[in-house]
Amino acid sequence: MTTPALKLDNIAKIFGGLRAIDGVSFEVAPRQIFGLIGPNGAGKTTAFNCISGVYTPEQGTISFFGQSIAGRPPSQIAALGIARTFQNIRLFGDMTVLENVMVAGHATISFGPLAAMFRLRKQAEEQERLATRAYELLRIFELDSLAGEFSKSLPYGSQRKLEIARALMLNPKLLLLDEPAAGMNSREADSLKNQIRWLRDTFDLTIVLVEHNMQVVMNVCEQVHCVDHGQTIASGEPLHVQNHPAVRTAYLGADVDESTLRQS
Amino acid sequence: MSTFLQQLVNGLSVGSIYALIALGYTMVYGTLGLINFAHGEVFMIGCYIGLYAAFWLGYETLSAASFSPMSATLVLLLAMAGAAIVGMLIERFAYRPLRGAPRLAPLITAIGVSLLLQNIAVLAFSANPRSFPSIITEHRLEFAGVTITNIKIFIFAVSILLMLALEFFVKKTWTGRAMRAISVNLPAAKLMGVPADRVISLTFAIGSALAAAGGILFGLDQTKLEPLMGNMIGLKAFIAAVLGGIGNIRGAAIGGLLIGIAELMTAGYISSDYRDAITFVILIVILLVRPQGLLGVVRQEKV
Repeated sequence: MTTPALKLDNIAKIFGGLRAIDGVSFEVAPRQIFGLIGPNGAGKTTAFNCISGVYTPEQGTISFFGQSIAGRPPSQIAALGIARTFQNIRLFGDMTVLENVMVAGHATISFGPLAAMFRLRKQAEEQERLATRAYELLRIFELDSLAGEFSKSLPYGSQRKLEIARALMLNPKLLLLDEPAAGMNSREADSLKNQIRWLRDTFDLTIVLVEHNMQVVMNVCEQVHCVDHGQTIASGEPLHVQNHPAVRTAYLGADVDESTLRQS
Repeated sequence: MSTFLQQLVNGLSVGSIYALIALGYTMVYGTLGLINFAHGEVFMIGCYIGLYAAFWLGYETLSAASFSPMSATLVLLLAMAGAAIVGMLIERFAYRPLRGAPRLAPLITAIGVSLLLQNIAVLAFSANPRSFPSIITEHRLEFAGVTITNIKIFIFAVSILLMLALEFFVKKTWTGRAMRAISVNLPAAKLMGVPADRVISLTFAIGSALAAAGGILFGLDQTKLEPLMGNMIGLKAFIAAVLGGIGNIRGAAIGGLLIGIAELMTAGYISSDYRDAITFVILIVILLVRPQGLLGVVRQEKV
C-alpha cells in the first residue's frame, strides 16, 4: 500500500472544557480529493488548524507522506508543502496582488536577509525569479491584469482565486481549501467543481476541502469524512456518507423525509 | 529670515535623529502591535557602545583631528551592530515568551525592560554624564547669515541615507515584504511559509541599529551622554512616530523631521524653555484632531 499523503490518527484538540475534536482519524491518498463535512461547530476548521500547525493537538499524530508534523510551527509545515486557504479570506489587504503571491515564495529562497542587504545582484535576480513565477500563477487565475492593485480592492470572487494562487506559490503537495464555495452563487459553485479537479490534475495535488455546499462535495469528492461534535460519524464514498443515517440526523435532526435531503 | 533658516537647518538635523529612532518604534508596532518602550534605552546603549568603540579604536591617544573618517565610520557600524544584538536579545527574552499574551502584558514588560536597562547602564557606565568624543572635526560654513556645521550636514545625510536604505529594504526585498505581510496578518503570514519569529527578530535588529545610528549622530551633535538620556529622546521619537501615523515608516520619518523643526522654531521664536513642551502640545493636538497620525489609516475593527 502506498503511503497516505495525509494521515490523522486519533487526534484530539481541547479548548478548556470543550473537546473541539475528539479522536478523529482519517487517511487521504495521494492525488485524492477528500471532503471533510459536518454541521457548524463540528470541528472541521479545528482539524484544518491542527494540520496546518495553527494548533497543536493534545493527542494523536498527524503525518504528511509518512513524516510526523503535529506540533511543528506553521511556517515549517507550509514549507514542507501544505498550503491552505481560509474560510474568511485572509489576504494581505494593504499589499498588491503580486506581492501577496510573492510573500508565499519564501520557502524557495536560498539565502538569508543579510545576503539580501549586501548581495544586491543576487537579491535582484531572486526577486525577478519570484515575480516571474507569481505572474505565471496570476495569469492562470486571470488575475495578471490586476497585479498592481491592492488586494483589498478586489471583488470577492477574485479574492478567493487570489488566495488559491498565493497558496500554490508555496509549491504545495497538499492543498487545504476551507469552504471554497462560501458566498458563491450556484453558477459559480458549478464552475468551482471543475476548477478543483483541474487544480488537482494541473498541479499534481492532493486536496482536502471543508465545505457546506453538498452539491459541490458530492460531485467533486472521491472520499468523504463526516464529523459532528468533534467525532467521526461516517466515512467513505460520497453516496455512502450521504445516505448514512447518523449524517442525516446530524444535519437535519431525526426523522426526515427523504425528499428534503435530496433537495438540499 | 535668517533666524528662520538657521532654526530650520538645526531642526532638520535634530529631527532626522528623532526620525531614525521613530523608525524603530513604528517598525515594531507595525509587526507586533507593541510599543517598545525600551527603544529609547537601545538608543542610549548604542551611544555608549559608540563611545567605547571610539576609545577602543584609539581616540584618546590620537587628537580629534587625526581620528580618521574610516574609524568614525567603524564607530557607527560597531554601535549599530551592538545595538542590533541588544534589540534581538530584548525581543527574544522579554517579548517572545509573551507572544499571544494579552496586549497589556508585553507593554508592561517593555516598561520593565526600559527601567532595567537604565539601571544596568547606571551600574555599568556610572550615572555621571560623559562627553562623547568628537570623532569628526567640526568645520563651520556660512551661507547668507546661516551657520551650518559639517556635522549637521553629516547627521542629515547619514539619516536620509539610512531611511532610503530602509525604504528599499522594506519595499523591494523578500524579508521586507514578509515584514509587511506580518503586520497585516501574522497568522496568515505564518501559514504562507513566513518564518515569523526570524523576521520579527530581524525587525528588532534593524530598528535597534537605526536607533544606535541616531545615538552616534546625537553624540556628535550634543556631546553629552548619560544613562537616562533615552527617556526624553525616546519619548519624543515615539511622539514623532504617532504624529506620522504609528506603523507607517514614511510617517515616522516625516514625523521626526516635523518634531525637530517645531522644537527649534519654538526655541528660536518663543523661548528654549518651551522646546520640550511643544512636542507634547503636538501630541495632544494630533490625538485630538487626527489620532491615526498624518499618514496613518484608520483600521476598521470588525465586530
